[in-house]
Amino acid sequence: MSDKVIVTTTVNGEEREATVEPRTLLVQMIRESLHLTGTHIGCDTTSCGTCTVLLDGRPVKSCTILAVQANGRDVLTVEGLEGADGLSPVQEGFQEEHGLHCGYCTPGMMMTVTALLEENPHPSEDEIRKAISGNLCRCTGYVNIIKAVHYAARKREGAAA
Amino acid sequence: MLPSTFDYVAPTSLDEAVQALAAGAGDAKIMAGGQSLLPMMKLRLASPATIIDLNGIAGLDTLEESDGMLRIGALVRHADLERSELIAERYPIIHDAAQRVADPLIRNRGTFCGSLAHGDPAGDWATVALTLGAELHAVGPNGAVVHSALDFQTSMFETQLGMDQILVEARIPVPKAGQGSAYLKIERKVGDYAAAAVGVMIVLDGATITEASIGLTNVGPLTIHAAAAAASLVGKSIDAAAAIEEAGRLAMEASQPSSDLRGAEEYKKDLVRVLTKRAVRKAGARAQGKEA
Ligand SMILES: Cc1cc2nc3c(=O)[nH]c(=O)nc-3n(C[C@H](O)[C@H](O)[C@H](O)COP(=O)(O)OP(=O)(O)OC[C@H]3O[C@@H](n4cnc5c(N)ncnc54)[C@H](O)[C@@H]3O)c2cc1C
Repeated sequence: MSDKVIVTTTVNGEEREATVEPRTLLVQMIRESLHLTGTHIGCDTTSCGTCTVLLDGRPVKSCTILAVQANGRDVLTVEGLEGADGLSPVQEGFQEEHGLHCGYCTPGMMMTVTALLEENPHPSEDEIRKAISGNLCRCTGYVNIIKAVHYAARKREGAAA
Repeated sequence: MLPSTFDYVAPTSLDEAVQALAAGAGDAKIMAGGQSLLPMMKLRLASPATIIDLNGIAGLDTLEESDGMLRIGALVRHADLERSELIAERYPIIHDAAQRVADPLIRNRGTFCGSLAHGDPAGDWATVALTLGAELHAVGPNGAVVHSALDFQTSMFETQLGMDQILVEARIPVPKAGQGSAYLKIERKVGDYAAAAVGVMIVLDGATITEASIGLTNVGPLTIHAAAAAASLVGKSIDAAAAIEEAGRLAMEASQPSSDLRGAEEYKKDLVRVLTKRAVRKAGARAQGKEA
């Protein structure tokens, strides 16, 4: 009902609970209840992809999903990318190849790219461009972002070998 | 931006969902992908008192062929269609459109059936459903109802679907021997609706077109069924340039675009003419196995 609801979600591998109104958006729960502010709010109109998180492994716009819809499901945010042995290949790629300028789109961009590499470990430039076409960057012109993804793909391959 | 407050109901069966919708008495809304409904609620263009979320109902994600029909359940997402091998192999028009609807993130949530129920003449799936002659299977308090995709939209954002009905699945006849299809869309950028788009389905016997169907996206108050353009092709050769030219002209005549930020009326009309010709040729090449 429009009374508050309890949402239990696995966030970055940890079970988290939040009490929210049904109208609370997933991005608001992540930022304001769980205090994970790495996920940014950009356009707030389903256009820019800045708020991208992985819901059960699929990149989605967390400004256009209700928090209650994540109940019982798995959410990965940018804070969950780093592993026990440091930055993930994608994070390292963005750092090494300067895949960011102002950094605002970066968390969403990295989430989309993380999902892409899970599905397609060796994407072509075209495949990368297509995969990130829902994530807007207004600074870099995407060239270094693409280099960062290629870097991450090589790095993952090295790590697997 | 926050939507207004609402009651949230998450039924686990279709029966429960139908009951909740009836109980909502016109002020309840079904949510499938939420990729049109939530943006509207955030802008307060919609403020339903109750949201009935379909996502917890098992069995609505059917995507398969059975009894001569392709079944697309209410929770089949745009991305499911984009990635499906069955679709890539047998339904090129769906495969084409699936890569052009909105953007990859929206495609992970939005549904084929939700797009039809939304009744937006800018929606790509309404044109695909119309072109392929889909049956739209719904359920309401009085049981099952079947609508036709040909006349499903009644006015902008209005459809045949009753306020108390849930669209359960779209059923599309499996392709006939000699069938080919295509969907061509011009958009300003990824994530934008079409400036104009055209869906074509044809059936060939040798080089002769024996059946044709043409739908137009975002060039009028409704998704447009360009019946005269399609009829003009029947009996003609797929290699007859004059016949294809004429179909393009008739499709253009059927369109009623208005000038806006996506382009002037004259430009959009010409897009319809050119896209129709290209889509007919592409559908023909696919029917003859000359193109994937
Ligand atoms: C930025 C942006 C760009 C977009 N670009 C495009 C585009 O280029 N082409 C395009 O076609 N679409 C586009 N869309 C719309 C998108 O494809 C939506 O996913 C789709 O229109 C609605 O599907 P949904 O499942 O998200 O429906 P919802 O948002 O859940 O619902 C939409 C409406 O349909 C009703 N409804 C949904 N499912 C059912 C059902 N099973 N039974 C009864 N009623 C139902 C709801 O009550 C609501 O009124 C875009 C959306 C955004 C935000």
